[in-house]
Amino acid sequence: MSETYDGPLLEIENLSISYYTRAGEIPAVVDFSLTLNAGESVGLVGESGCGKSTVAMAIMRYMGNNGGIVGGSIKFKGRDMVQLDDEELRKLRGSEIAMIYQEPMAALNPSMTVARQLMEVPITHDGVSEDEAWKRAVQMLADVHLPDPERVMNAYPHQISGGQQQRVVIAMALLSNPSLLLLDEPTTALDVTVEAGIVELIGELAQKFDTALLYISHNLGLMLEVCDRIGVMYSGEMVEEGRVNSIFTWPKHPYTHGLFGCIPLPHSDKNARPLMAIPGQLPLPHQRPQGCNFGPRCRFFGDGRCNAGDIRMDAVTTDEDPDHRVRCIRWNEIDHDEAIPKPDERPPIEIGEPVLIVEDMQKYYEITDNSLKALISGDRIKYVKANESITFKAGRSETVAIVGESGCGKSTFAKVLMGLETTTGGTVTLNNVEIGGLEVGNRTPEQLGSLQMVFQNPNDTLNPSHSVGFQIGRVIKKFGVESDPAKVKQRVFDLLDTVKLPRAFINRKPRQLSGGQKQRIGIARAFAGNPSTVIADEPISALDVSVAAAVTELLMDIQREHKTTLLFISHDLSAVRYLADRVVVMYLGQIMERGTTDEVFAPPYHPYTEALLSAVPIADPQVTKRRIVLEGNLPSVLNPPPGCPFATRCPRKLGDICDRERPPLREVEPRHVIACHIEVEELRKVPPVITVSEDYQKEVEDRLGS
Amino acid sequence: MSEMTQETVRAPSFGDKVVRVLKAIALMRESPVGMVGAGLVLFWVIMALIAPFAAPYDPNATMIPFQLPGTVAPDGGTFWFGTDLLGRDILSRVMWGAQTVLFYAPLATFCAYTVGIGMGLLAGYKMGWWDTILSRVADIVLSFPVMVLYVIVIAKFGASGINIVIAITFASAPAIMRIVRGLTLDVRARDYIGAAQTRGEGAWFIMLAEILPNVRGPLIVDACLRFGYVTITIGVLGFLGLGLPPPDPDWGGMINENRSMALSFPHMTVIPCIAISSLVLGFNLLADGLREISIKD
Amino acid sequence: MLIFLAKRLGFMLLTMFVVSLVLFLVMEFNIENVATKVLGPYSLPEQREAWLLANGYYEPIYIRYFDWVSGAVVGDFGISTRFKAPVNEYIWDRLWNTAILGFWVFALMVPLSLVLGILAGMKEGSRLDRIISVSCILTTSVPEFASAVFFSAIFVFWLDLLPGASSMMGGFDWKQIVLPVMVLLVYDFGYVARMTRASMAEVMTTHYIRTAVLKGLPYRQVILKHALRNALIAPFTVILLQLNWLLSGVIVVEFFFAYKGFGALILEASLNQDIYMIEACALIAVFVAVATQVLADIGYMYLNPRIRFK
Repeated sequence: MSETYDGPLLEIENLSISYYTRAGEIPAVVDFSLTLNAGESVGLVGESGCGKSTVAMAIMRYMGNNGGIVGGSIKFKGRDMVQLDDEELRKLRGSEIAMIYQEPMAALNPSMTVARQLMEVPITHDGVSEDEAWKRAVQMLADVHLPDPERVMNAYPHQISGGQQQRVVIAMALLSNPSLLLLDEPTTALDVTVEAGIVELIGELAQKFDTALLYISHNLGLMLEVCDRIGVMYSGEMVEEGRVNSIFTWPKHPYTHGLFGCIPLPHSDKNARPLMAIPGQLPLPHQRPQGCNFGPRCRFFGDGRCNAGDIRMDAVTTDEDPDHRVRCIRWNEIDHDEAIPKPDERPPIEIGEPVLIVEDMQKYYEITDNSLKALISGDRIKYVKANESITFKAGRSETVAIVGESGCGKSTFAKVLMGLETTTGGTVTLNNVEIGGLEVGNRTPEQLGSLQMVFQNPNDTLNPSHSVGFQIGRVIKKFGVESDPAKVKQRVFDLLDTVKLPRAFINRKPRQLSGGQKQRIGIARAFAGNPSTVIADEPISALDVSVAAAVTELLMDIQREHKTTLLFISHDLSAVRYLADRVVVMYLGQIMERGTTDEVFAPPYHPYTEALLSAVPIADPQVTKRRIVLEGNLPSVLNPPPGCPFATRCPRKLGDICDRERPPLREVEPRHVIACHIEVEELRKVPPVITVSEDYQKEVEDRLGS
Repeated sequence: MSEMTQETVRAPSFGDKVVRVLKAIALMRESPVGMVGAGLVLFWVIMALIAPFAAPYDPNATMIPFQLPGTVAPDGGTFWFGTDLLGRDILSRVMWGAQTVLFYAPLATFCAYTVGIGMGLLAGYKMGWWDTILSRVADIVLSFPVMVLYVIVIAKFGASGINIVIAITFASAPAIMRIVRGLTLDVRARDYIGAAQTRGEGAWFIMLAEILPNVRGPLIVDACLRFGYVTITIGVLGFLGLGLPPPDPDWGGMINENRSMALSFPHMTVIPCIAISSLVLGFNLLADGLREISIKD
Repeated sequence: MLIFLAKRLGFMLLTMFVVSLVLFLVMEFNIENVATKVLGPYSLPEQREAWLLANGYYEPIYIRYFDWVSGAVVGDFGISTRFKAPVNEYIWDRLWNTAILGFWVFALMVPLSLVLGILAGMKEGSRLDRIISVSCILTTSVPEFASAVFFSAIFVFWLDLLPGASSMMGGFDWKQIVLPVMVLLVYDFGYVARMTRASMAEVMTTHYIRTAVLKGLPYRQVILKHALRNALIAPFTVILLQLNWLLSGVIVVEFFFAYKGFGALILEASLNQDIYMIEACALIAVFVAVATQVLADIGYMYLNPRIRFK
């Protein structure tokens, strides 16, 4: 590398990448340009299939067997990566350019110790001795704030937690002191509180080592926290780029506007300001329209202009940002205040009598410990406390959100409600019938039909072997709604209408549907038996933002119409704030805090709620957050702390008492309960985590009023 | 896409289904290896079907022994593949032998699959005790070296078609069970199984209608391989003298009968060996082709 | 770890118990049949009755089973009716002969199939991969008796290079073992090679290989340090379990080449209904098979740190 080079670190010009498949050449990325200076951090954001990861892999020149760069150049420190031979490329990879991946567990070799995997880097690139490599690796592990680096060095990847694995991957990337770090969705597979720690670490290290970052993510809020500039991608093209502030404050591309309309922000409200989904669907790579790829979904589409020919990036001249460019020929003509259509305001929902009453519900799993120690002590039967004293009520038409990270017991709770498991204590009453001890096989068709579920993964929710019509029809027959084939078919049509899908879908197989469409069918299936209560287990977490918004709105519309009680299980606090009436915050199988949404999202907080709120990225520059980063890992459910479950990570821990005793339930208001040793009065003094600037608040209110 | 289409929605007709099957066959072109395999299997199926009409001689008629391939027969015809040591026409015996093997191999495979799928679904879906007991039984059967099992069992109970089918079912079902169990464990964790359970479906409906159709891909590939393997097994048993009772033609048996002459008249043994090897090769190539295509999709 | 070993050994004992019980019931439940087989079909009913009485056959069946098992455990398998001599006099020599055969097959098959499998799996879909894969399918499609016929036709009938029988009448002869080893090798290596290839190909698509490549490691190092260790876990088990297949193969090969081994002994005993010999052979065969499975499990655990440190 020439040390005297002082141009931009990375210059990508008119890059085009294609994949070759049976169906022919598929352009993955078209006419992509980006410049990155030393020490700068740039984000690439977009929905799945937009080509953002392909760009990162192309920079590394790692395209697989069927991909190739078909045009343009990638210059790294002035040298064209496309022209490099294998050996030159190898010397660059891992030393000058390093990468951090989405799934840390998969990225680490399962049969090599962390030490070997780390030490390889300086040994290969700097030719140092084993001792020196060991020293550097230990030092780097300390730099990524891993406690006890020596122990981690000798561990195999599966012996450390997901957050620690990602720290190891980061350490590995930084060991050769790269000048460019590529991050491909580095926190998507992690829990929110763990994510917050990793994001902070990345920011800190990039400064410390003066590394440039190319950060790829679908999460706009995260971009706001880490990046100086961002590029928005849609369907293989960059549609808008600029400084973070200008993109978030004065977006110019209709797609960027659309994205912001889909994200629940602190000022969104399911009644006054509902989300606006982008109409239509992402075009398949080989079915892109002529001209602007976004044209068919754009409300400013101008026939004969937008679809006339290729559209180039154009500099935005109306703001102070010299880097602001947009791929839209009408950016200067359209009214950006009207870019997102004004949604209809809806009347508030009236919440009826309690439908679901859970009282002191408890679910323990019995496991047999087969370790030698347990055999000797004779203490072989252990209990996993998946759910402990769960108590709450949900009324007719009410939306209750159950919030928590992995291992908090929310899935077990759903299983108990559905009758796939039975309680080991307490009661669950649905429509005045105790169902906690009633297995699914012992429930009547009416009981089954009145409590249904919408599942998380759209690709798993439908049986790939059966048609849509069969799957919905089967439910209708099973619940005894209809039995005559013609009537069943009519009912299936009605349900397809309800979820806004064409009736022709009745003959489709799931593989012919997109993720959002599958999720709609899943919703139709859940509502087939006119349920009084529907459990939605992370129904939108696997969907892209624009699709998620549409599915969320659909779910709420149906709920509103049928006066359904909705139990919304989620880890996404932004979505919860947007749509829930009441919130239950869980941690390691126990309720930490419950109350109305307003109560939970404002002080007094439980310290865990406070940390969760702080961890969730918010895609709004007008919002300021207090930073709280939790130390340590989620404890194992098999071996929870004996006192307060949150004691091991709590930043407000009082002392011994938290470790020893279960916290008391403190009732702040009627039905607003916090399980904490700290007095309510003390908790009340805690300032709010999220603050919206007053000017902005007024502006929003004005706009709503007009 | 959210427009309501009010036109009458018709069910897929028979014609649509035919088109879909044809398309699936057309996919086979992607894999030349699979095509060769399919061709070989098809060849032997045709041979087996036309044997009653096209075989030049009665497979059990003893004529002139030790004739080399291509010799002219007394009735003016030709012994294209020569005759064996009892003077029977080898070509005719090979053709009729195809019928034998293509009857017993699918039958035994089918029986093994029925038992294996049933066991695998039960073990994988019900888990718990079902799984423990069925898996243990399978482990015990599988720990027995297969051929030792066949030899002992068939020698004890006598060589007959039905005993061969039973022995193969007994020895292969546990292996199939393991595959099905693994696939079932994977599928049962899917949400659509949860959906079926929560709408109150019975265990058998879930196993047969919800799980089985989704594990058929890998099973079809495995079945092809197993066809080949069962063909070999039937051949080996015939070769060891434990196959179908003579005089009916059976490729393995033909090799056994003529073994004493193998070093003087190799054609007597080489020809049935080529027959069985090519059929097994056909099954194996077909399986490979199918797997390749299934991965691509 | 200890628990695992104890469990595995416990299951091994259970298997042996079940197998021996079933074997015993199948072979000796009908005592009339046993007497006929031992004394011959022309023996008089009185003779058989006397024999049964003298040998304790009128005892309850569980006592007979216990007597038989306790004999088998200390190596007393009774007297072969076929050879008119104690089973022990034959069985160990035959086992040794088969072990020689098996040793050579393994010594050649393991390196051959691993190297071919790894070469093929390194670049899935390459020309080398296709050639190796198709050759493996080809060789595994030819059953042992068929390749024995082909090789005999070529090397014995046509080229006259090797002897057509391996009875070793005049002591051990290298030339006689070549054809049996070749036949077993050709049938068996393809399967292991294909397993290795599949395992290697799968490893090559994993993310940690991508990580290793993007770390800038030389290709050799990616393959040798990162891929091989993970790719060899599956074939290791397959190779040990291959012993089970070998036991099947040797029956055919020993029969064909008249090699005086264990497989031929099982066949001969079965065809002649030599009850005590069958029982002894079956027990030994199962013992060998189960013991290798235990070895395979232990080895698998050792190779795979995800299981080792749990």
